[in-house]
Amino acid sequence: MTAPVLPDSAVEVGAVVGDWRGAVAAAGAALVRSGATSEGYTARMIAVVDELGPYIVVAPGLALAHARPGADVRHEGFAVVTLARPVDFGSVHNDPVRVVVALASTGADAHVAHVAALANAFNDPAAVDRLAAARSADEVRAFFGAVPAGNGTEETR
Amino acid sequence: MRIVAVCGAGIGTSAILQTNAERAIAREGLRGVVSASDLAHVADQAADAQVILTSPELVEAVRAAIGRNYAELVVIENYFSVDEIADKLIDAIG
Repeated sequence: MTAPVLPDSAVEVGAVVGDWRGAVAAAGAALVRSGATSEGYTARMIAVVDELGPYIVVAPGLALAHARPGADVRHEGFAVVTLARPVDFGSVHNDPVRVVVALASTGADAHVAHVAALANAFNDPAAVDRLAAARSADEVRAFFGAVPAGNGTEETR
Repeated sequence: MRIVAVCGAGIGTSAILQTNAERAIAREGLRGVVSASDLAHVADQAADAQVILTSPELVEAVRAAIGRNYAELVVIENYFSVDEIADKLIDAIG
């Protein structure tokens, strides 16, 4: 299986945010920096939570921010933001959130490598603790078994 | 057994839930096929499903969307817990 691509620009360790919107915005900004999305996608990820509630908080301490594929997604990608201080999203079972993973996809079947990597990484119940403790982009990449750059196909797609 | 994992966008969280439900089925030796759907398409996607998996926040929206449907609605709190998914699937079909 292809290793997921996670450039330095898609990682922020110890982000300082005031609330859940700031947390999702930080993850969206990381996607924009990496070239995967434009700003509109960040706003759409926030709108998903406004519309449907904090269901994106899928495990204790972990939010999986995402929105539908759209013109604001340039190529598939993911971003990881760890928070200096946890924030509440309003999730009954899984607050407070310490790590936000943002996912951008060009289509329903285009992001299987990222989904599989996420599933593998987080099946371990101690995983969010380990990821929250990461101190560098290299440590975050190691956690996901990710590589810093693609083989060229990511950028040309 | 047909299982549908539902989230708001039909990518991301439902794909995670689909992947981990497939792992739970394989681990428990159950027979089943899992698909992913968004809220807008769940009524069609789940027309012949036995089980619908979703989150506490979405369960009421799913219930409204599917209308008259006999699938069992199963609420998953931790999408990455194969243990939780396996236990609840076994309860639902048992």
